[in-house]
Amino acid sequence: MSLIVNHVSYYYNRNTAMQSKAVDDVSFVVQDGEFIGLIGQTGSGKSTLVQHLNGLIKTQEGQICFNGEDITDSDFDLRAFRSRVGLVFQYPEHQLFEEDVFSDVCFGPRNLGLTKSEVELRAYEALKQVGIADESFYQSPFDLSGGEKRRVAIAGVLAMKPEVLILDEPTAGLDPRGRDEILSLIRKLHDQNNIPIILVSHSMDDVAEYAVSLLVMHDGKLVYDDSPRNVFAEHRTELEEMGLSVPEVNKIMHLLREKGIPAPADAITIKEGVEACLEILR
Amino acid sequence: MAIIKAKNLGYEYFRRDKEGAVEGIVKALDDINLNIKQGDFVAILGHNGSGKSTLAKHMNAILYPSEGTIWVDGKDTQDAGNMWDIRQTTGMVFQNPDNQIIGTVVEEDVGFGPENMGVETKEIWERVKESLKIVGMYSYRKNAPSKLSGGQKQRVAIAGVVAMHPKCIVLDEPTAMLDPVGRREVIRAVRALNDVENITVILITHYMEEVIYANKVYVMDRGNIVMEGTPREVFSHVEELAKIRLSVPQATKLAYELKKAGVPLPDGILSAEEFTEALCRLL
Repeated sequence: MSLIVNHVSYYYNRNTAMQSKAVDDVSFVVQDGEFIGLIGQTGSGKSTLVQHLNGLIKTQEGQICFNGEDITDSDFDLRAFRSRVGLVFQYPEHQLFEEDVFSDVCFGPRNLGLTKSEVELRAYEALKQVGIADESFYQSPFDLSGGEKRRVAIAGVLAMKPEVLILDEPTAGLDPRGRDEILSLIRKLHDQNNIPIILVSHSMDDVAEYAVSLLVMHDGKLVYDDSPRNVFAEHRTELEEMGLSVPEVNKIMHLLREKGIPAPADAITIKEGVEACLEILR
Repeated sequence: MAIIKAKNLGYEYFRRDKEGAVEGIVKALDDINLNIKQGDFVAILGHNGSGKSTLAKHMNAILYPSEGTIWVDGKDTQDAGNMWDIRQTTGMVFQNPDNQIIGTVVEEDVGFGPENMGVETKEIWERVKESLKIVGMYSYRKNAPSKLSGGQKQRVAIAGVVAMHPKCIVLDEPTAMLDPVGRREVIRAVRALNDVENITVILITHYMEEVIYANKVYVMDRGNIVMEGTPREVFSHVEELAKIRLSVPQATKLAYELKKAGVPLPDGILSAEEFTEALCRLL
């Protein structure tokens, strides 16, 4: 699997007086096994960009290639492609609609034209993967807690067996435990199924903890594409100017350094922070 | 004097199946005792389903207790004659900014509340101006709310409540749907209400970083208040908080992990700055 985004730009209200550029000449590559964090302020173009990745928005400039095929070609089968790139929207639980949890998850695979038994097998597997107990299968999805509803919604996408999974702020509005459950679920999907993940997030602490590489968007442009460690260690002031921040642990390291204490500038997780502080005290 | 006082407050509701038959009884609040004074900044923490919002709805007579009593500014909420007074005493701000704005122009939206209260036109305009200034949205007064960001919309919603001159504002997860910048803007506005206007603020949230400005924190779990105290006191119980599905600010967590490793840091560190100072003192 490879997904190549090549000089993609997108304008809202193109060729009108209201024209505004939402995505500005963005290029990057998604490969097997990657865990990519995508951060940027509201309005920086993150959601517009990810909607390109499964063909919900057609590219106006540039190309997107999936396994070597240009998805904008007129003979490219976009319908089949959309089931291969799973996109979990913000507040995906708003899209639950069936009478019970199991039918809701069946909806996607059934539309792929699979046999009934295959549909049900996939729904079962997906619900098991996200950790929904058997006794909840025939409950109304609306009786579940916020975190559970969201996991059911994610199961609906997983049942399509996507080859890439994109999640647009999957933890927004959840309590700390719900947040941890969703994030460890995403990590599990990544590790066990080897599905590349793109995680759109507002939490620097979360991307520091989970992402292997980090994309930073600002004003429609992709400004950084590096490991979270390098981005946070080298671009703290720039990130703050963009209305973003660095993880709390990294901020502490910077504060210590300002006081002349030799703290590592690239410690970003709690674990690294603990090690760094113990080293300083030694 | 207490602006909100609850004694042995309990609330139960029936859980019903599809046909409307009663399946069971859910106890959403259980023996809650509160004493919130005029001018306090109180935070209520708890995971989803812990009863925070149910409690909030009792503070403005949207829900009535099944057991015990709650008094708002000395008035019992169960007494139907007090309802309008109570709703003017406590204003509510909810999670989703889009559900709370009805006007097509910011200043009209803010004027809606006082207009319904029968305030004179001249005074309505004064209140609108003053409330928008408090939340830092005065320069947007002629804008359409639909063109504002989430944080800005939420501040307009707060101004709409402030314009009704409540003694107390209850904010039920006002920042849950906002990005970090919007969250900061809203929290700044909320602090100004408390510091400058001396309005009692009751902030319901599960963002721990927002709680550190409060002078009292209540932690809820399964309909009960399980912890109360200053943020510093509450956040020194890292393990207990984790047990009831809550976490502490990152700086507190880092300090806690270091203490476990034998570093003598003080209890209740809340911010990166405090952590840095405390660590420097050890060198």
